Amino acid sequence: MPGRSTTSVTPFLLNQFAAYGVGLLLLLAVLGILVSRRSYGSRVIYGSCALVCSALAGVALYALLAPGSGPAAVELPIGLPLGRTQLGFDPLSAAFVVIVNLTTAIVSAYAVGYGRHASEPQRVVPFYPAFIAGMNLVLLAQDAFSFLVGWEFLSLASWALVVSDDRSASNRRAGLVYLIMATGGALTLLLAFGVLAGPEGGYSFDAMRQTAAFGPAAVVLALALLGAGSKAGLVPLHAWLPLAHPAAPSHVSALMSGVMTKVAVYGFIRIVFDLSGPPSWWWSIPVLIVAGITALLGVLYALMEHDLKRLLAYHTVENIGIIFIGLGLALAFEASGLAVAAALALIAAIFHVFNHSLFKSLLFLGAGAVLSATGERDMERLGGLIHRMPITAFTFLVGCIAISALPPFNGFVSEWLTFQAILLSPQLPQWIPRLLVPAVGATLACSAALAAACFVKAFGSTFLGRACAPAAAAANETDRWSLSAMLLLAALCLGAGVVPGFVIDSLAGVSELMVGGQLAVQSDQPWLRIAPIDPARSAYNGLLVFVMIVIAALLTAMIVRRYASHRLRRSHAWDCGFPDLSPSTQYSSSSFAQPIRRVFGSVVFRARERVTMPRPGDTGRAKLRLDVHDTVWEALYDPVIRFVNMAADRLNGIQYLTIRKYLTLVFAALVLLLVIIGTLR
Amino acid sequence: MMHGWQSQLAQLVLVLILAPLLSGVTRKIRSRLLRRRGPSVFQPYRDLLKLIRKEAVVADNASWLFRIAPYVIFATTWVAAALVPTFAAGLTFSAAADVIVIVALLGTARFFLALAGLDVGTSFGGIGSSREMMFASLAEPAMLLVVFTVSLFAGSTQLSSISAYMLGPGVGLNISLALALVALVIVALAENARIPVDNPATHLELTMVHEAMILEYSGRHLAVIEAAASLKLLLYLSLIACIFTPWGTTLAGGGAVAYAVGLGAYVVKLAAFGFGLVVFETAIAKMRVFRVPEFLGMALMLGLLGAILLFVSRVSQ
Repeated sequence: MPGRSTTSVTPFLLNQFAAYGVGLLLLLAVLGILVSRRSYGSRVIYGSCALVCSALAGVALYALLAPGSGPAAVELPIGLPLGRTQLGFDPLSAAFVVIVNLTTAIVSAYAVGYGRHASEPQRVVPFYPAFIAGMNLVLLAQDAFSFLVGWEFLSLASWALVVSDDRSASNRRAGLVYLIMATGGALTLLLAFGVLAGPEGGYSFDAMRQTAAFGPAAVVLALALLGAGSKAGLVPLHAWLPLAHPAAPSHVSALMSGVMTKVAVYGFIRIVFDLSGPPSWWWSIPVLIVAGITALLGVLYALMEHDLKRLLAYHTVENIGIIFIGLGLALAFEASGLAVAAALALIAAIFHVFNHSLFKSLLFLGAGAVLSATGERDMERLGGLIHRMPITAFTFLVGCIAISALPPFNGFVSEWLTFQAILLSPQLPQWIPRLLVPAVGATLACSAALAAACFVKAFGSTFLGRACAPAAAAANETDRWSLSAMLLLAALCLGAGVVPGFVIDSLAGVSELMVGGQLAVQSDQPWLRIAPIDPARSAYNGLLVFVMIVIAALLTAMIVRRYASHRLRRSHAWDCGFPDLSPSTQYSSSSFAQPIRRVFGSVVFRARERVTMPRPGDTGRAKLRLDVHDTVWEALYDPVIRFVNMAADRLNGIQYLTIRKYLTLVFAALVLLLVIIGTLR
Repeated sequence: MMHGWQSQLAQLVLVLILAPLLSGVTRKIRSRLLRRRGPSVFQPYRDLLKLIRKEAVVADNASWLFRIAPYVIFATTWVAAALVPTFAAGLTFSAAADVIVIVALLGTARFFLALAGLDVGTSFGGIGSSREMMFASLAEPAMLLVVFTVSLFAGSTQLSSISAYMLGPGVGLNISLALALVALVIVALAENARIPVDNPATHLELTMVHEAMILEYSGRHLAVIEAAASLKLLLYLSLIACIFTPWGTTLAGGGAVAYAVGLGAYVVKLAAFGFGLVVFETAIAKMRVFRVPEFLGMALMLGLLGAILLFVSRVSQ
């Protein structure tokens, strides 16, 4: 940004602040071990996390808006002998540090209240700051070594949080699946950095940018998609998300789903856009295909779900798909030299990253409030909570509207930007993306509409209707810390929706650095509207739309109040005169999803319904049998599990050999390796 | 190219006034086609007046959402209707929102309507909401694909620019446009709960969709929802008119005569489309609920086909 001077605060100082922040978080983790059993322990740790994260977000925002002369990274005296650990901001990491820490700070404030419900705080509190420190380390890293250290740190800390309640078998299974996926993902990233570093092995990002990749670009792209995609939840690597995210305590679920997946998106952008050099057009093809499938499958999975937290976790998969659609478009545009279009697509993706971190955390916090008030996650046993928990219901409703991409909230803005990017794609010179992009657009539109259905279902069966279980009927509103955190997130969802221009402008540095293009400065537009390309082409004024809706609603209410009858009588529900006294006659979450299951699920999930009616005169029960298959798991994961089990059985015998046979094996392995080296030379 | 703010205000009021009349006219024509005399075309106004004077009966366990939903539904529909060019294109607020925003605003209204259907916790409310959202999951993407097609032609998603482009030379018969029109008509039928998707006149339990969602509403709340429904019909007909038959629309800088012509043309178009709608409705039977996805899937595929043909054949400006 021209015209700003950074005389007093140098980039180096900012980077130092950030490094201190990460150090403080690590200290808090140690402190957490000491104080977590005390009554004040969890409050002190969560409160300090909130403060440190707010400070980090502030520092990063400064670094984003007033970038100085260059990234004078802080060097730590640890690391590989080849190069030392470097931490620092560039616009991309600054943007993600803001996003991650803003949400994390608010979630930590929620945890101050929510943490009181924890039965074993010592299994959660120490790992929480370590988890946040890991995420920040990944974002600040300017070399592959510290990136991977941070990555593993956040994987292991979040794994510990997932299995913090290991009494239930499902949580233990979630922990196992997560650990396997995280390890595999880290391995592929390690290989990706290895390929990027080249034979000389320069592991700092600067060195990687300058050297050409060691292997073909397809390898890097595939490894990045596998590594970052497994953490983010791209189909078919999403399988661990709906297991692991709900297993953790709710504030950690909020961070894992809302924030940690964004760190993975950051990893993908860093590797593919920054370190791999200029992209080829075909890179966008696998990204777009995977992203489209992810968006559609994610929301369909979510619709089939009746566990509230699993539904939210599956829905994260959908949003990751939307984000990767933006990234795929950005790759296609950048490769064809359409810098402005690439900037639009990239900013749409990062804007959605920001939005999703806000509303998905908000929804998980709401689910946590419901869970602590009722002890239930199963939506079939909830209902009517809007009466018992009105503020939680209100904030959850805001989250539902925002995530369903409905104006005037923020989710709509990023989808609108993505649509605008899609509409620019006939400019692409290649045929294949031009055929593919409208199909991806249709998937995006379809998943947006299905998301609305999904969240009508989620909100409706949790908060509306009548309570289906005594626990739901006796629920009480959650504590003040949690409520203020949720209200703040809801306000941010609205704020980013009505004045999106500020967000777009602050991402200008990111798009310039990553794809070499910028959008027009949005704050120059009249009336706070946004017009990414040209006002005559497309414009959206969230503020005006919001104000118009409010005025129209107030005007209508006033007219009705002035002229209409004021009488209001409470009575039994009408329901066509049908006296359904039991709450079980109302639509449950699975009955709500039944039409969609019938339309989409019969293909995607091989959903089959079989009704067995008793013969006329027979007083036996009618039965409805429903078969839904997790097709991805059955097609992909089950064979792998079977193979691993079979191989483990076969190899079991190796444990019981004599020493001579072991020596023979070692010798054979040595000879084999020598032969391989010999042939490669 | 700006009109004064007065035109925008005039449109806000105009759509409000015309919407019940449009419903009245379609009902009248429908009755005549069925060889009935039918109620007066002004009957919808009388119904609204009657409803707002009546006591509102609200179910015991209805929440605050149930009572604010009608106003949210009405307000979003009204704002959306005010943003579609009717008698004049390029009004003051039209720069605030393009056609994607209009589609999404209707989505907001539908979201609240479906929630209101679930609020009381009855089986009919649930059946309506769940079916409505299932229809929408196909109708909304179909609508957006129509939007893609039309916007690629005009190089803009602003309805005013699209309208101006369609008025200009160089737009002949085009296969993509034709596909988009068919898809848009199907979407309009579904979104307005018309035959063959839903029947606005029915209260036969298992065939209701829209009516099932609003079953618990009465009095002033019902009046507001009914007004919103008629506004939505007006909106869709205006949308079709401004994209496919933009003739006569007042452009900026026109005098009083231009405005009169624009208004006259708009009313004629509405009447013609309303007539077409009713003729179609009386000629066709209502579908079973699970035939509707096929019907809407057809719209989606037509929209996709139109869009792909354009994406492949055209380098947009």
